[in-house]
Amino acid sequence: MALRIQKGLLDQLREHGEQTYPHECCGVLVGDFEDADNKTVKSVVACGNTRTDSPQNRYHISPAELIRIQREAALAGQDIVGFYHSHPDWPAKWSSTDLDEAHWTGCSYVITSVENEKAVLTNSFLLQGEEQDKHFEDELIEVVE
Amino acid sequence: MPIKVLIPTPLRPYAGKQSSVEVNAQTVGEALNNLVTQHPDLRKHLFAEDGKLRSFVNIYLNDEDIRYLAKDATLAKETDTITIVPSVAGGV
Repeated sequence: MALRIQKGLLDQLREHGEQTYPHECCGVLVGDFEDADNKTVKSVVACGNTRTDSPQNRYHISPAELIRIQREAALAGQDIVGFYHSHPDWPAKWSSTDLDEAHWTGCSYVITSVENEKAVLTNSFLLQGEEQDKHFEDELIEVVE
Repeated sequence: MPIKVLIPTPLRPYAGKQSSVEVNAQTVGEALNNLVTQHPDLRKHLFAEDGKLRSFVNIYLNDEDIRYLAKDATLAKETDTITIVPSVAGGV
């Protein structure tokens, strides 16, 4: 399984994490969703983090913003294929909060660790299973031309 | 009266792999009930055992969250679109 993404788009989401440091950034990955194991990112849409009460360790994307993005993606014949956020001064791995709050099965959850305003590692995790047994699986990020 | 309901990617496997479904309804609640009648596998993904919408499922009528309208009783007309949007959140 792999998430395909152009280097420029990968850089874009990593830079977003640097810009919002020490707060978490978040956004949506739009592209071609053939199936959970076969997704290609065509655009990266930066979103605002509505968790203004605790932006250094929480993120939330407004449903209204998700609807707008989903609508625009559909007009382009595309879909939401995943989401991204940053972990300021924390590893690029999913947390228990990330899993608890993840509900888009089959989608990719991309996490970038940011230390001292510099993006370090970026990893992707595929949400699998149903709500009662959902889990993340490591997913390869395939950087394409 | 047919109302279009947009299905997000994670729920499409339970809705015949469709990105949208048309249902006959006068209200949003009726539309959702008719949706899960047409596609029974969707029910547990939208509703808890007590019949209430799951807390992480957002329902919008066009650009409005039905929680801030009349909830299930929100009237829907043929030109409206209902969108199901699971929440996106997390953190360390």
